[in-house]
Amino acid sequence: MKIHEYQAKEILRQYGVPTPRGVACFSVDEAVAAAQQLGGSVWVVKAQIHAGGRGKGGGVKVAKSLDQVREYANQILGMQLVTHQTGAEGQKVRRLLIEEGAQITKEYYVGMVIDRSKQRVVLMASSEGGMDIEEVAAHTPEKIHKVWIDPVAGLTDAETDDVARKIGIPATALAQARTCLQGLYRTFVEKDAMLAEINPLVLTADQRVVALDAKFNFDSNALYRHAEIVAMRDLDEEDPAEVEASKFDLSYISLDGDIGCLVNGAGLAMATMDIIKLYGGSPANFLDVGGGATTEKVTEAFKLMLKNPNIKAILVNIFGGIMRCDVIAEGVVAAAREVHLSVPLVVRLEGTNVEIGKKILAESGLPIISGSDMADAAQKVVAAAKGK
Amino acid sequence: MSILIDKNTRVMTQGMTGKVGQFHTTNCKAYANGANCFVAGVTPGKAGQSYEGIPVYNSVLDARKQTGATVSVIYVPPAYAAAAIDEAVEADLDLVICITEGVPVHDMLRTRYRMQGKRTILIGPNCPGLITPDEIKIGIMPGHIHRKGRIGVVSRSGTLTYEAVGQLTALGLGQSSCVGIGGDPINGLKHLEVMKLFNDDPETDAVIMVGEIGGSDEEECARWIKGNMKKPVVGFIAGITAPPGKRMGHAGAIISGGQGGAEDKLAVMEECGIHITRNSAEMGKLMQKVLKG
Repeated sequence: MKIHEYQAKEILRQYGVPTPRGVACFSVDEAVAAAQQLGGSVWVVKAQIHAGGRGKGGGVKVAKSLDQVREYANQILGMQLVTHQTGAEGQKVRRLLIEEGAQITKEYYVGMVIDRSKQRVVLMASSEGGMDIEEVAAHTPEKIHKVWIDPVAGLTDAETDDVARKIGIPATALAQARTCLQGLYRTFVEKDAMLAEINPLVLTADQRVVALDAKFNFDSNALYRHAEIVAMRDLDEEDPAEVEASKFDLSYISLDGDIGCLVNGAGLAMATMDIIKLYGGSPANFLDVGGGATTEKVTEAFKLMLKNPNIKAILVNIFGGIMRCDVIAEGVVAAAREVHLSVPLVVRLEGTNVEIGKKILAESGLPIISGSDMADAAQKVVAAAKGK
Repeated sequence: MSILIDKNTRVMTQGMTGKVGQFHTTNCKAYANGANCFVAGVTPGKAGQSYEGIPVYNSVLDARKQTGATVSVIYVPPAYAAAAIDEAVEADLDLVICITEGVPVHDMLRTRYRMQGKRTILIGPNCPGLITPDEIKIGIMPGHIHRKGRIGVVSRSGTLTYEAVGQLTALGLGQSSCVGIGGDPINGLKHLEVMKLFNDDPETDAVIMVGEIGGSDEEECARWIKGNMKKPVVGFIAGITAPPGKRMGHAGAIISGGQGGAEDKLAVMEECGIHITRNSAEMGKLMQKVLKG
């Protein structure tokens, strides 16, 4: 689960990481009032959306007067901000962060992720602050310094000092860098983060080390123990179909094709999308109904897929496993009836009682096309979507 | 022979008094030699109870001492699953299979750290378990699709494993053992370790390796195969059409930072001599073709 920059900074401050003073705003008037309240003569008006690359897309502006704060807030609030992470349609800006300006002398990158091979949290730091870390990794990997953190010892002073020196933080600021990096690590562990980035971490003209931007992604499997993080969830930033799906414990991801897929199991669901593509079609979604494909879940899954106006055909691919195919077939028939299914439906069932299942589908009176295996079903649904 | 488990394995169920634990223990008990294999259950505070004649103990250690079981299968809810693994490791079991889906990643980081230097092998979490056909099944897979034979199967996905097994069985190709290593980013055995076991197993002739987007397990396994594997390997990777940055159902199935894409994995696998297919419906047929030479 992702959160906004201003929320990430709130959390970091609780762990002692210095950030610029700032106020989250939902309107232009609030933005101007916030700037007044912060004082000073330079403010930064920052669009709050979950995607990165906001600056390049025109979502971050430096204002040198309250009038400029008003002007920029007016421009940014409500705009469709397009960045390399939003896709072409962009993301509507509904929140702003107004911050005091900072005099920057040097920018650094620090981030943390979970290294799957080493099974440790890894700190990554680079002198190339403000850059996309993927770019740095691709072109100048030697500029990324890594520390694999021992979960018992934590991130030690020696480790932080060493990495801070390597990325060029001056000796006079090492203690502050330590506070930032160790604070970030404690946040990462205590809040169950999967990814954290401070990009850039800056050295100011008055020699302070400050987190100028912050980004977190939290482990959704651990949210049950973090009500404070759940409270930060912004549904406006998420795909409505994916939000709806999560209510029914369905795993759904929108894609840009025209063939809906309903599958049990994540691996099989991906393989189903792939085989549709292989036979010349284009999947409209990833949809895993999980192990217990009940009638209710299947019905909700159909409803979700059919909300997509691009849908031209649907493929149901269920490997029954311990679930009986006759039960699944009844669920599919009931769901198809309830939603008054109007696009071609191809069903491939495998597992216990598959013959009874197929009979139920055939005798339902619904125009269901039966697929004998994955390849057959995929070819049939691709043909159906093309109106053949 | 087989890998990891056979008809002489003795198993305890952690989470025995829960609905899920009972449902699957009943199924496992009914498969092949299961009635002899499933000998104990563990639920703290429920010692003295029994389920279908299987005695329940308060702790893994008690269950081990009383029944001699050296393998456990875990169905406890996600918030308690890592602690259940820890308990099994502390009791010095041979093998722990964690079926539970949704275990927090940081819990698994701590558990894997504690497992360093211990001899217990972990499979999962978020996996279907493993099976040696006609001998024993430990987990949630449908027993009836399997057939005894000489092909090993290792996979990160549950139903896609069933798909591979179903294709093999339909072609008359039986399986030596099938291992679901799970879809989580931090887990126990990886493709590589399971592949080594299959390589050393005299009753396995060839292996189907099913992977998916995210991480680099498949690449690491492929590089080992290139220099060491004595048996043919057929490979498939799910997620060619998966968009980057999206978690595709499994916690570990995500292309992040430009890493973990299906085409990259397939390229490395092909380069390392694995017989790859991009068509999940062709895994069995490709294996048949490879075996015929």
